[in-house]
Parts: sequence; C-alpha cells; structure tokens
Amino acid sequence: MGMSGPAPQSDAFEALAMPLFDQLYNFAHWLTQNREEAEDLVQETYTKALKGFSSFQLGTNFRAWMYRILRNTFLTSRSGLAATSTVPLDTEVDGPVLAVENQTPEAILMQLSSSQLLQDAISALPVHFREILLLCEVEEMSYQEIAETLSIPMGTVMSRLARARKTLRDRLRPQFQEG
Amino acid sequence: MVCDSWKAKLDTYLDGELPEQELRAFDAHVRGCAPCAADALARVQIKRAIQVAGKRFTPSAEFRKKVRQSVAPTPQRRLRPGWIFTSALALVFVAAALTLTYWATESGRDQLIRNQVYSEIADLHVDSLASSSPVDVVSADRHTVKPWFQGKIPFAFDLPELQNTGFTLLGGRMAYLDQAPGAHLIYDVRKHHISVFVFQERLLPAGLGENSFLPMSLAFRMETWSQNGLRYFVIGDTGVSEIESLAKLFKGN
Repeated sequence: MGMSGPAPQSDAFEALAMPLFDQLYNFAHWLTQNREEAEDLVQETYTKALKGFSSFQLGTNFRAWMYRILRNTFLTSRSGLAATSTVPLDTEVDGPVLAVENQTPEAILMQLSSSQLLQDAISALPVHFREILLLCEVEEMSYQEIAETLSIPMGTVMSRLARARKTLRDRLRPQFQEG
Repeated sequence: MVCDSWKAKLDTYLDGELPEQELRAFDAHVRGCAPCAADALARVQIKRAIQVAGKRFTPSAEFRKKVRQSVAPTPQRRLRPGWIFTSALALVFVAAALTLTYWATESGRDQLIRNQVYSEIADLHVDSLASSSPVDVVSADRHTVKPWFQGKIPFAFDLPELQNTGFTLLGGRMAYLDQAPGAHLIYDVRKHHISVFVFQERLLPAGLGENSFLPMSLAFRMETWSQNGLRYFVIGDTGVSEIESLAKLFKGN
C-alpha cells in the first residue's frame, strides 16, 4: 500500500463537517435523549459521511446532507426504532392546511420563564415533531432545507411543523394552568 | 372570525416562508390588527424561548477531539520503510536549506540595518556641515560643552583632552538616531570637520558591531564601537588616521 490516502478529500470534509459538530451533537442528543447514544450517533454519522463524501455533490446543501445522514442513522438504530415504533405517526396532510388556534399563546408566554419546563415539553414530543421543531427553531433551517433533511415534501413540512407547535402548546398549557 | 385566515398562516409568516406578495399583505394586516399583532409578538417570543431551550447539549472537548482525529487525514500511517527513508532524507535537506536560508537572511538583515544606521549617521554629519549654525553650544572647552548636555540626554560621557593632538572642539548639539537622543560633537582637524556621535547602545538596533572601521561612500570614513553601554560613531572626510586618532582619544587609549 502506498501513499494513496484520501488526504485532499479528507481535508475538504473536515473543513466542511467540523463546524457543524456542536449543532449535530445537540440534535443527536435531543433525538436519543442520552449522552452516550448521542456520541455514538455523531461518531457514526461522521464516519458514514466521510466514507460517502465522494458521492456528495459540491454546491448542494452540505448541512442538510449531514443532518439527513444523522437522522437516517438514528432511525435505523435501536433507540430510533423504539422511538418511532412506540409513537404512532399522525396522518400526514400535505399542503399548507394549518391549524387555527382560537386561543392566543399569550397565556403560555406569560409563564414561559422556565426553560426546564419547555425542555421537558420538547423532550416529551413524539420524535417526528421534536426533530422538525428543532430543525426549524434551533437550527433555523428553511422549509426547503427541512424537506431535504427529512426527505419529505414541502407541504408535509408545513403541516407537520404546525402540528408540532400545536402539540407543544397543548402540552404546555395544562402545566401552566396547574402552576 | 375575520382573522382566522391570517392566524392560520401566522407561524409561516413568522418563519419568513410566505411568498413575497402574501408577505406584504400580511405585514399590512398585522400593522392594522392589534389582536394579530399581539399574537405575532407572543409567537415570536415563544420561538425565541424554544431556540434558547433547544440549544441544550454541548459535546465534550474529548469527544470533539476523538471525532476530529477520526476524520482528519492520516496518510503517515500508510508509509512504507522506503517512504520513511526518503522522507527523512528530504527532511534533512529541507532543514539544511532552511538553516542556510536563515543564516543568509539573518546576515542580510543585519547588514541592511547597519547600512541604514550608517547612512543616517552620514546624513546627520552632512546636515551639520551644511548648517549655518552647526553647533548649539559653541565652545572649545570640553568643561563647557559637556555640561551643556546635562538634562538634555539621559546619559553622561567624557570628552577627551585634546592638547597637542591637532584636534579642536568646535562645540556640540543634540542629535537623534532611530528616535534615540544623543550627543553630536564637532571637531576640527586641519580645516576638516569630524563629527562624533554618542548614543545609548540599548536604544539602537542590534548588530552594529563592537569595534569596526568602515569605509563609507561619498568619501566619508567612519569608525564605530560600543563602550560602557554607549555607542560611538566618528565620521568625517579626513584620512583614516585622523578618524582612528580621534576614536582612540574617546576610547581613552
């Protein structure tokens, strides 16, 4: 074996992928809800991505590509399979058919001083709601990027996101009323 | 309710995902509708709260290092003995080349600094020759000239006794070299003027030489040396012997 290591490609991959490390880890931890599993997931994601980097088309969305690998790796992992099998996926409605809420979120907002309460509520969301909410609000991805990452149509992104938000609000509301 | 159709798209609006035309209409509506404006504001704040709460987990430095190492290029692990020998040989050559380059660069750099300083000394000397008042303290008496520098320069120096030497002290003035203050003394010998400059050594660029005689261009000759923390320059258009003689007087031998 000679010096035929994939150094230039590896250099390019490192330069592109390492800046995403913190946010990928955060996302992985939210998905797995466990530090060790999150580390395994991120490590596996980077290994797979490096291996498949030659198939990545330069000029396309690298961030969405990395998140997609991470998410697919999670879904096929033991904890991912458990998370998706125990929570039934709601009927998806494509297109911008969004929920109308007659109650304003002001009541929630007034008491939204506890970040822990909110974190617990996000953790308790079904994984497909949790991931889309995090991609939109925390990673600030556009609907198009989310669609690429989750491999779903734009319409599904909008409807699922609306339901994720409504579910979060619904779950926060009784806790606040109790408090 | 009339606002229901707007509220259905409120989150999409706040995500910045409404088409341009719809966005303008929405802006206009929110500006004129207090309930929708309040709702929009509350939802923005919830978005921000989720954003803060969502940035919850941070990887350890150790884990980051582990992943970085796993993706970093490591061609050296694949080297064969032949490559190792070739690489070592190349390293030796590179090191030798770098050393030579360094010496050459150091030598060249020192020479450049020396030339700059000598050139400045020559300029100071010529400037005094061209001046209608070459000295600020006019006196042949060293006990008059030396005290004149007190309080003007941050060091003291001795002026040599000139009796029976052929040199005459004309006086002195302040001089600045590389922003360091110093003394400029002017002597006469056989109607030639010789300048003696004295500066603090530590304020001047390093590498000026311990004791060197330098043939200068433009017919000037100069000798420079360092003594007791002071740097002396003797420069003039006289023969070498006069420069050396005056330098010896300053050196005290």
